[in-house]
Amino acid sequence: MKQSKRVGVVDVEAIGIGKSESSRASVRSASEKKVVSRAMALEAEVENSADLRLEAAARRQHVIDHLDEYLLAAEKSMTDNGIQVHWAADQEEAQQLVVKLCHDAGVKRIAKSKSMVSEEIHLNGALEAAGMEVVETDLGEFVVQLDNDHPSHIVTPIIHKSRKDVAATFAREGISEYNEDPEALTMAARRHLRSVFMSADCGITGANFIVAETGRLVTVSNEGNLRLTSNTPRLHIAMTGIEKIVATEADLALLLKLLARSATGQSLTVYTQFLGGPRASGDPDGPDAMHVILLDNGRTNLLGGRYREMLRCIRCGACLNVCPVYRAVTGHGYGSVYPGPMGAIFSPLLGGEESRRKYAYLPKASSLCGACEEVCPVAIPIPKMLVALREESMRMHMPGPGGTPPWAPWSMLATSPGIWKVALESGRAIGWGPARIAPVAAFQRWLQHHDLPAWPRQSFRSWWKKRDAEGDS
Amino acid sequence: MSTESIKPTARQKPGGAVHLMLTCLCDAFYPEVGMAAVRILEHRGYKVAFEANQTCCAQPAFNHGDWAAARKVARATLKVFRDAEVLVTPSGSCAAMIRWGFPQLFRGEPELEEAKALGSRTWELMEFLALHEGLEAWPGKWEGRVVLHKSCHLRELQPHNGSDLLLASIKGLELVGPKTPEQCCGFGGTFTVSFPWTSQEMGGNKLRDLSTTGPDVIASTDMGCVMHLRGMAAKAPGVSPRLCHVAEILAESLSP
Repeated sequence: MKQSKRVGVVDVEAIGIGKSESSRASVRSASEKKVVSRAMALEAEVENSADLRLEAAARRQHVIDHLDEYLLAAEKSMTDNGIQVHWAADQEEAQQLVVKLCHDAGVKRIAKSKSMVSEEIHLNGALEAAGMEVVETDLGEFVVQLDNDHPSHIVTPIIHKSRKDVAATFAREGISEYNEDPEALTMAARRHLRSVFMSADCGITGANFIVAETGRLVTVSNEGNLRLTSNTPRLHIAMTGIEKIVATEADLALLLKLLARSATGQSLTVYTQFLGGPRASGDPDGPDAMHVILLDNGRTNLLGGRYREMLRCIRCGACLNVCPVYRAVTGHGYGSVYPGPMGAIFSPLLGGEESRRKYAYLPKASSLCGACEEVCPVAIPIPKMLVALREESMRMHMPGPGGTPPWAPWSMLATSPGIWKVALESGRAIGWGPARIAPVAAFQRWLQHHDLPAWPRQSFRSWWKKRDAEGDS
Repeated sequence: MSTESIKPTARQKPGGAVHLMLTCLCDAFYPEVGMAAVRILEHRGYKVAFEANQTCCAQPAFNHGDWAAARKVARATLKVFRDAEVLVTPSGSCAAMIRWGFPQLFRGEPELEEAKALGSRTWELMEFLALHEGLEAWPGKWEGRVVLHKSCHLRELQPHNGSDLLLASIKGLELVGPKTPEQCCGFGGTFTVSFPWTSQEMGGNKLRDLSTTGPDVIASTDMGCVMHLRGMAAKAPGVSPRLCHVAEILAESLSP
């Protein structure tokens, strides 16, 4: 599948093409199940679910539109609860903050629960470079780490793997003997990770929401590893994006309902945790110190602008599950930390100018079918954001995929009806012969699996004219 | 319906004129779909008008991001249909371009109000039959099993289940449902050429799903989907159902 590369043309499909049919099949069947279970849990079981989405969208947008106030309120409430709050402008600052907090506390071993923000800032590499051991304790992330792989979904990181893959990994790493039974595999991971929780000096987690009113962190999970990560080690560091603030705990009734049902088709996740601060004197457990890192990394640039609605996102992954492109190329096909429709928007927008250029192709990797917007629990107009990013990329001369016709001749043709009609008549007379050999690599690749439409013997226009002349209408 | 879309409010009385927006695809390749649309609208008692100066709605360049080029073509579209009281098109995609795309394209431009006004006069053909005409049945006869692919851009129009009701009501026609109706065929305009492998994978998934119920016909509400899936079926022997526009089935069912 090699093709010559023009400057400014990205052969993005090279990433997706490398993926095996077995991982695509895993993603396809898991995604189909998730779409069904979401529809059952949300559209079938919840009355007025369409209205609830719009209500959730409005409440999220209200916070985003007043984020400056809510962030300060959240900082104050958290501080009152004994939580130490830190602000990180970008990846580098966030990495340094975590490394320093761990260094100062003499941390050697870190237990980590799943956090996409930690993926976004490539935290594990920074901690390991600073001489610390990091162990992922979410079952999926644990497998990803053992395989030196990357998560391919923001909620279910090993959606691209089968249980056979996991069994092989565990056997290879000495976690357990080869066994394809999911329960046996889970028990083996549980035994292995138990010693990690007991010996870790620090637990790092994300946070699904931070309540401005009460200063409590809210996390949702299914495996129980998050509770052990946040409560067992003496130091707890939680990191999340600045957009994850909610105004009041009452808002959570709505958002948690939509989050679990949209993400996994559960009415509620197995664990919903409210973290109100470090261990107070007299508490039987909990960390001695608790830190929260609020990451910007480009998010403030989106406030008040064309992409402000994107900050509503609650990371449920429903847009990935329903996306036909995601299904075809898997999360890895996107080549970015955040995959799927939400990833196609966040990847170029988070992290600054370099990401903008690097991921300029992603908004184009969509057929704009809109299935994502339809399932989004906070009604983000995803296709509108995708075309807006395309428009900006075009004006900013960003590199993109090839194979598209030049638009100036097209607009000339489509604004000159006389020439338009002649062009169509010529097409019917000549056929596709000359066009078939156009030296455009992407087009030639396309022709391998597609045939061009046949030119009709009689056009609509000549039929209409004849009919008009006969006075048939 | 996307919250960003314009809802059509313009109505026409039987005997009045309905303008046909043929679409560039049907103009070039699929005259039979335009003829079917004329047949259907005339059957409903309207006088069909066809503006000979129409070309393309501007969607390809809009979707690709070249909004300067798209605006030129969209302005021509506004001009051509300036006097059309009601515009009907056999394409969810082109209707969505006018009702969802134009308000974005002309944001901050002098033509914004005119663009929104055209949006309020533009109907997709099946939406017109279901919601303007209020039809729940179609009086035709047609033998065969049909699976309906609702094209993705219908999401930017008003929701209705008229297409299913109308098809299912045709005498002799058996309507079967796809398992994953929400999945795109993988066409996406220039997307299919920019990402040929991904598009092909999507098209393969779609064709498999549509074919499992053993239909005689795969009918869509957009010829973009049909062009893509036909083009793939031609290079993948073993796909036997006929691929066509749902309007063709409705029109054929009326024939003696």
